[in-house]
Amino acid sequence: MKEIALHLLDIVQNSVRAGASHVDIRFLLGADGVLEMGVRDDGCGMSPELLARVRSPFTTTRTTRKVGLGIPLLMQNAMQSGGHVDLESEEGKGTEIVAYFVTSSIDCLPLGDLASTMASIIMGSPDKPEFSIRCASPAGEMSFSTETIRPMLEGVSLSEPGVVQWIKESLEEEIEPIMGGIMK
Amino acid sequence: MKTMAELEAIRKATLSRINLRTDEKGETTRVVIGMATCGIAAGARPVMLSFMEEIEKRQLAHVQISQTGCIGMCRLEPMVDVILPGKEKVTYVHVKPEMVPRIVAEHIVNGRPVEEYTIGAAEKN
Repeated sequence: MKEIALHLLDIVQNSVRAGASHVDIRFLLGADGVLEMGVRDDGCGMSPELLARVRSPFTTTRTTRKVGLGIPLLMQNAMQSGGHVDLESEEGKGTEIVAYFVTSSIDCLPLGDLASTMASIIMGSPDKPEFSIRCASPAGEMSFSTETIRPMLEGVSLSEPGVVQWIKESLEEEIEPIMGGIMK
Repeated sequence: MKTMAELEAIRKATLSRINLRTDEKGETTRVVIGMATCGIAAGARPVMLSFMEEIEKRQLAHVQISQTGCIGMCRLEPMVDVILPGKEKVTYVHVKPEMVPRIVAEHIVNGRPVEEYTIGAAEKN
């Protein structure tokens, strides 16, 4: 992966497939340059046995083949910058994955195009779950949720190209001033 | 600034397109993009957004974009299937955003697949 935002696009699919009804995403950039990427869902969660195995590339829930690289690749890139990945899960309650990136490291990926990632995520799962995103840094804070715009659309799907484009452009405007320093 | 008023205008414009769509039932063209770890790493995100932009630009009411997982040919990602109503599926491989306007114009609008981008052409070499 070339961007942290691409890892988000990949890792969120796990929450969608876990049957979550809410997926809360956060990007918190501290004054020390550590970026926290958190994804919390209320999906089916994982058993302690699965949670213990899930960091391995040879663990996957799909049945077509025996490898799953989403979490291992995220861990590799977080650790390469001097960060790490925390995982917590409870069966029936949900899962939270938090990746820490040390953005001052020369080996840290850029944050990348977070607005495009959010647009892609929402386009791929327009009906369920509800997604929210919160970005904060010393420069400011923003948040967005599919739950706030859904009632305004009065039944028009969030996957309609015009709607997706609006979401992408409005997130671009809001995220840039907060995360601009680490996006490229 | 993007405003809620703009979103409301988009909603109204979309509604009239949806009505158009239900008039021509069974005529939906499907665009399916591989968005598993392999597809994303190979560049599927800008490809999907290019399809979205192109479809919005041309106001194509009958095209539906969806995502799929890994189908086991990761070396050919980003992969895109285009399925015209009543026609066989055409699979495009190593798709780049620059290729999208041609696929939309020649295949989705005019019904002629772009042979040189298809899996058949790629596997010959």
